[in-house]
Amino acid sequence: MIESMGVLRVVAEAVDAGGGIVPFQIIGFVLAVVGLVFFLGTSVGMVRFPDFYTRMHAAGKGDSLSTMLILSGFALITMEDFSLGSWLLFVKIMGIVLFIYITSPTSSHALMRAAFEDDEMPLEEKDLNKPSKVKK
Amino acid sequence: MIDWFAIIMGSTLFLLMIPMVYRIWVGPTPFDRMLAVNVIGTKTAVLLVIIGTLFDRVDMFVDFAIAYALLNFVSAIVVSRYLNRTISLREMEEREKAKGAKV
Repeated sequence: MIESMGVLRVVAEAVDAGGGIVPFQIIGFVLAVVGLVFFLGTSVGMVRFPDFYTRMHAAGKGDSLSTMLILSGFALITMEDFSLGSWLLFVKIMGIVLFIYITSPTSSHALMRAAFEDDEMPLEEKDLNKPSKVKK
Repeated sequence: MIDWFAIIMGSTLFLLMIPMVYRIWVGPTPFDRMLAVNVIGTKTAVLLVIIGTLFDRVDMFVDFAIAYALLNFVSAIVVSRYLNRTISLREMEEREKAKGAKV
């Protein structure tokens, strides 16, 4: 299948040389591992940060970026041959990535607005001196 | 190679979800709990794609992942609206009571 496309001759030679691992898949591995590092930052921030708004800061950014990176990585990993079915799969996974890219900041914004209208005040500098407040 | 990568990736993702469960358990406000549930739901959509890679049926599991991401977004919006409205109404009643007591 790959040899018949002609344009991707270099890729086909790399498949034969590397024992079934396409360079696309190496890029996919790297993207997925980078996304996992971002998710590690999100989970550490969700535990360690003292305030709701700072936790929102950790979760809103790290979650959406790590989801997009891991899904893009697995979209490249599942791209084994360049047939029509695998292109359809690639487009579907990229559709999930686009959906997350739109909706994850939107839901974060809605939750933050609901918390702000509920008189949930951000932590101030004088609250940091009280250890019982930080412990929560 | 790809199978082992998917197994390690999925189990690491699952282990990193445990701090979110801690945040659901102790979270001081309902918004913290809802935020952690939102993060877990988004990561479950990713985990479904990884499971599909493991079973060589990604074309089937991707549809589940799309449905899960959509449901997660709708639930986050609905719960945030619900919490906002009910607590605002209760607050409004308390303020009216306080105003009536002052007059």
